[in-house]
Amino acid sequence: MSVLSAPWTAVLYLAAAVCFILALKGLSSPRTARRGNLIGAGGALLAVLTVFLSARLENIPAILAAIAVGSAVAAPIARRVQMTQMPQLVALFNGVGGGAAALVAILEITHSEGPAILLAVAFTLLIGSVSFAGSLVTVAKLQELISTRPLVFPGMRWLVSAVLFCAVLAGGLLVGTGNLVWAILLLVLSLALGLLLVLPVGGADVPIVISLLNAFTGLAVAASGIVLDNVLLVVAGTLVGASGTILTRAMASAMGRGVSGILFGAFRGGSTAGSTTQSDRPVRSGAPDDIAVLLRYAERVVIVPGYGLAVAQGQHAVAELALTLEAQGVNVAFAIHPVAGRMPGHMNVLLAEANVPYESLREMAEVNPEFKNTDVVLVVGANDVVNPAAKTSPGSPIYGMPILEVSHATQVVFLKRSMRPGFAGIENELLFDPKTTLLFGDAKESLGRVLTAVKAL
Amino acid sequence: MDPITLLTVVVLSTFVGFEVVSKVSSTLHTPLMSGANAIHGIILVGAIIVAGQATSGWVLALGLTAVVLATANLVGGFVVTDRMLGMFRGRRPASATDQTGETK
Repeated sequence: MSVLSAPWTAVLYLAAAVCFILALKGLSSPRTARRGNLIGAGGALLAVLTVFLSARLENIPAILAAIAVGSAVAAPIARRVQMTQMPQLVALFNGVGGGAAALVAILEITHSEGPAILLAVAFTLLIGSVSFAGSLVTVAKLQELISTRPLVFPGMRWLVSAVLFCAVLAGGLLVGTGNLVWAILLLVLSLALGLLLVLPVGGADVPIVISLLNAFTGLAVAASGIVLDNVLLVVAGTLVGASGTILTRAMASAMGRGVSGILFGAFRGGSTAGSTTQSDRPVRSGAPDDIAVLLRYAERVVIVPGYGLAVAQGQHAVAELALTLEAQGVNVAFAIHPVAGRMPGHMNVLLAEANVPYESLREMAEVNPEFKNTDVVLVVGANDVVNPAAKTSPGSPIYGMPILEVSHATQVVFLKRSMRPGFAGIENELLFDPKTTLLFGDAKESLGRVLTAVKAL
Repeated sequence: MDPITLLTVVVLSTFVGFEVVSKVSSTLHTPLMSGANAIHGIILVGAIIVAGQATSGWVLALGLTAVVLATANLVGGFVVTDRMLGMFRGRRPASATDQTGETK
């Protein structure tokens, strides 16, 4: 169907592009974020309607069926997924987007003429496939289907260089000849490259890689827009590529590292490897009653929530504990590390779900100077974000990451599942400190036991 | 598109992309990433064009695969972002106390 003339098509695509800009703008502020997202969805709907009304398309029933299948699969998963598993889901959606861009590029080869367009095809193939394969690795790491520790083997650096060289060569031959064989070779090499680049990334850095791959997919979409001569794809893809790059840098700096250090750190040898040895040094563990007394008779308590809280779905229990303590006159605040959980801002989302008031959530820079006036810090399912090794041991994989300086408080209580090290795979000296008390068990159950004990006092 | 127009579009879009997210707080990093992720699902438009111009069976099959993947990216991305942001509602200072009943 070509109901719309070329100028009208261009105007409608422009409107969709403006919607995307407004969406990103809206998403940058808490008050307008939800509306921004809806504006983005509206822009996408407008763009899809426009393509149906403007391009000469065959196979429309099959395409509509494919859209129905994609929606029917994705929407229920997106609606039902546990909030703790959301980072994996975002990574998965990002990966399939990159895969779609690579497919579009390879199918357009027969219509592509001239080295400039073929260059865009090669770029889309390379970046889209890297994003697809890399995202699947991040999903596997976050879901703990494979080890979260950096996966490196001797000579890996040379293998990566060789694969990259061959990919560039295949891309060059593709641009020179326009032959499908080279395109398929490039696709395969790029998928391998995606795997090899992300496997060595250590667990704690995975969220940043997701953000980087998100920017990559944006660039692949922009390049596919050049291939298809579609200005909306160019604008939307470039927007995501640019904003994704800024976001990646912001996240990396919140963790105190550079983006290249994350991607290539493991190749430089040992720097993110960490130690897995679990020491059997003595720790002091306490009963829920002891911890209840500590909390109840404190003047000021700061709660540090981490991924363990999220896994145990303990956000409602911790919110109730905070309310109970406050009702008894204790000053309670939550200290949120920028990368607590599995994604920056993840913990804020979870505590918001449990209706913890916004004013109780303190950012790291704001709360760190207050720890020395804090009686008890309650660390629930967090480890790496309070690990003093980030400040004291230069050899540690998390060295340089800003942490919540909970060791300045009078007492520290850890609710932990076990002595297992955190996501970064390193031990926490603070656990062995004389002022630390531990309560082992599932975060939600432990919170429940402490809460009962506090109420009984 | 002629190369100069293309260059103009790319450079201006890059600056807009940098500008709109330059001052975002870490609280919104996750929803913003997720929202940007949904936006590149607009590759669906490209997938529809490719599938709609397919003349052979295998091109159509791969084109439709691209449509399915792109739709998953687009629809799933916006839905999951909306769900995340839905949890940020009702945090006005005045309403902080009357939420106690809902926390159970």
